[in-house]
Amino acid sequence: MEEKKDVLLRMTDISKSFPGVKALDRAQLTLRAGTVHALMGENGAGKSTLMKCLFGIYSKDEGHIYLEGREVNFRSSREALDHGVAMVHQELNQALKRNVMDNIWLGRYPRVKGLPFVSEKQMYADTMKVFEELDLHVDPRTMMSAMPVSQRQMVEIAKAVSFHSKVIVLDEPTSSLTEQEVEHLFRIIRMIRDRGCGIIYISHKMDEILQISDEVTIMRDGQYIATKPAEDLTKEEIIRLMVGREMTNQFPPKLHSATDEDIMRVEGLTAEYSHLKDVSFSLKKGEILGVAGLDGSGRTELLENIFGVATRRSGKIFKNGRQIRNKTPREAIRNGLALLTEERRATGIFGILSVRENTVIASLKSYVSGLFLRDKIMTDKTEEMIRAMAIKTPSQKTKIRSLSGGNQQKVIFGRWILTSPDILLLDEPTRGIDVGAKYEIYQLIQNLSKEGKSVIMVSSEMPELLGVCDRILVMSDGRLAGEVDADQTTQEEIMTLASEYA
Amino acid sequence: MTTINSARKRVNIANFLLDHAMILIILLLAVYVTVRVPAFAKIPNIINLVKLSAARLPMALGVAGCIILAGTDLSGGRVAGFAGFLAAVFLQASGDAARVIAGGQPWPVALVILAVMAAGACVGVINGFCMGKFKLHPFIVTLATQLMVYGSYLTVSNSKQIAVNSFVTNPMFEVSGQPVPYYVLMAAVITGIIWVIWNKTTFGKNIFAVGSNEEAARVSGVNVLLTIVCVFIMAGALYGYTGFIEACRIGNSGPTLGLSYENDAISAVVIGGVSFVGGTGKISGVILGVFMMQLIMTAMTFLGISGGVAYIIKGAVILIACILDMRKYMTKK
Repeated sequence: MEEKKDVLLRMTDISKSFPGVKALDRAQLTLRAGTVHALMGENGAGKSTLMKCLFGIYSKDEGHIYLEGREVNFRSSREALDHGVAMVHQELNQALKRNVMDNIWLGRYPRVKGLPFVSEKQMYADTMKVFEELDLHVDPRTMMSAMPVSQRQMVEIAKAVSFHSKVIVLDEPTSSLTEQEVEHLFRIIRMIRDRGCGIIYISHKMDEILQISDEVTIMRDGQYIATKPAEDLTKEEIIRLMVGREMTNQFPPKLHSATDEDIMRVEGLTAEYSHLKDVSFSLKKGEILGVAGLDGSGRTELLENIFGVATRRSGKIFKNGRQIRNKTPREAIRNGLALLTEERRATGIFGILSVRENTVIASLKSYVSGLFLRDKIMTDKTEEMIRAMAIKTPSQKTKIRSLSGGNQQKVIFGRWILTSPDILLLDEPTRGIDVGAKYEIYQLIQNLSKEGKSVIMVSSEMPELLGVCDRILVMSDGRLAGEVDADQTTQEEIMTLASEYA
Repeated sequence: MTTINSARKRVNIANFLLDHAMILIILLLAVYVTVRVPAFAKIPNIINLVKLSAARLPMALGVAGCIILAGTDLSGGRVAGFAGFLAAVFLQASGDAARVIAGGQPWPVALVILAVMAAGACVGVINGFCMGKFKLHPFIVTLATQLMVYGSYLTVSNSKQIAVNSFVTNPMFEVSGQPVPYYVLMAAVITGIIWVIWNKTTFGKNIFAVGSNEEAARVSGVNVLLTIVCVFIMAGALYGYTGFIEACRIGNSGPTLGLSYENDAISAVVIGGVSFVGGTGKISGVILGVFMMQLIMTAMTFLGISGGVAYIIKGAVILIACILDMRKYMTKK
């Protein structure tokens, strides 16, 4: 009987390439009226790229989008909204210093009849009407920043409803909700669904998907894999479809350089301002330790806490048996740690500075003689790094932003190696890097471990963790859910652990 | 349990004190000065404070809009200077020997006000367009335009002093023998208009939305460029008006008219709780800020503190106001 329902939205053969990456390869999606359609895939499978193509945030290279049978090509989110296609982003795009109703009616404030004034009364009444329909109990005059994220999310959904949207995309809507709030959200979703709306539901959480959705589309590596009715699927089946990729020699052979000697021990690490809670583990000299987990599971926060970027509430760190404080990054560097940050562009490279300046910036102290820096030593050291890591750059004076992502990353590796660290913390070291360069980075990590350096590596790509690491910690909702041997485990086991507290 | 509660209460009280620290400090200052020099709290000085505040308030309201956009505007003082000169020229009596425009009659005051506001608005168009279209920081845009405005003024005026006279400085009524001039009423009317624009119109709401989250405003269909340009137009017009009032109040226009007025205006606005973070600010805050600034300066005079020390105190007040303000917006990691 479901086959009879009308097709609301159809996306066919959507392709999108970025320099060096094919983000979408003939992806497709068919959403029918009155259904909840889950869109699933690993991080980087292309779910959000597909949605960004729908909303005109990216322009697609190929493919067609049909809304109720008519081809559409939205150029902005607002245009999509006007056609009844709305998105509730995971990172809520709201004017936090304004109140609830100002946010809902932004860009289309109701006027007082015949006067150039905004009708607060009308706005209040309209907002209350929407809220009543959705059974939301929020004062429309509350300041946005004064509300918890869960309520802000509800407001965003109410905004989508207020546009009389036919298609509503929810991107990870439950990532910050409590169980009760999820229940409420689901009631709202079912209510809008029963009115004939189509809902695209993007989430990692298997149980929720099976509970709320009618159909599931699975993507992998930018490609469409399958669309199946939710009742025919099990958690295991979804995981199999999501991760089932072939792996041919993407990784250099593991060197297994881990010794028996503990170099660092972390006990009960808890963050002050994030959900990171009670994480304990130890790291061996020469070991490559992976950290797996879903987006938002606290992987980055773990590294930032160890390195002193984020504030620690409690917990102890020991290096070679001696307690270290690492209250600031400066102190962490002095203690022999190095952190390669996740957002290379934002917090890694100094874009307009040269390759040399980018290489020596963290170890300037060792090039001082008398009062001044010695150019000669810095040039030599940079040359050494360029050669050791086969960095492809026209010269040391080239601005780093003109290099490819892989070469930029190698420069940053060089920067940290020059500080002679014992422990390297790597946050998504191969993000946005093409396949060939990835291999070289993996090689580099193996070589570092052979030299007796220890590595903690966070990655969203599970095959990468399995192919590079000796041991993997799995994070879930800020906690350590388990620890697995990289050579014994499977992606399925990691996935199960990662959803333990999620 | 009780210890936790009392600890929390203590934190709340501390937060309340910090949130309102600026007002408390200035109230304490007022009380202190009054104890030392009782005339400080007497009618003549209060009327004087109101008059000074009324003269400076329009410019502060203008620059406040720019700051709500998470921008700023340095052109205020020079635009006011140029506008003061224009007003002086338009108002010169027909028989005046020093008349700049040969022949003709002095313009009606209302027309003069509109003309100088229009002139200021023109500068605002350039400021707003460069900020909105070319994504330039308004600091640098207005730094450049204020130079151009001042240059134009010097070129056109030959740095001449022109006497100005208008009814706006005449007493409207008296309070215990102290005259209250017309421009106080005019400032009140302008403040009312700006309050309505900020709080009751789509444009006003868009200003705050753009300042709070430009991207959210854009995806909601707000014309961001137009909003920015209009804010600077409004600001420019208000600077022009301030120039007119100041020229009348001082009695003449010259090269130093308006000098560093923009700094006073920005300081007042910041003390009044309009944050450089963008998206927040209230008219009441701006009024309070302007009044506080004048109060501090007057207090210095009453205490017989020298100009140098007064500057130090003024600077310190601005710095403390900003530190207290930033406290509210810090995200902790």
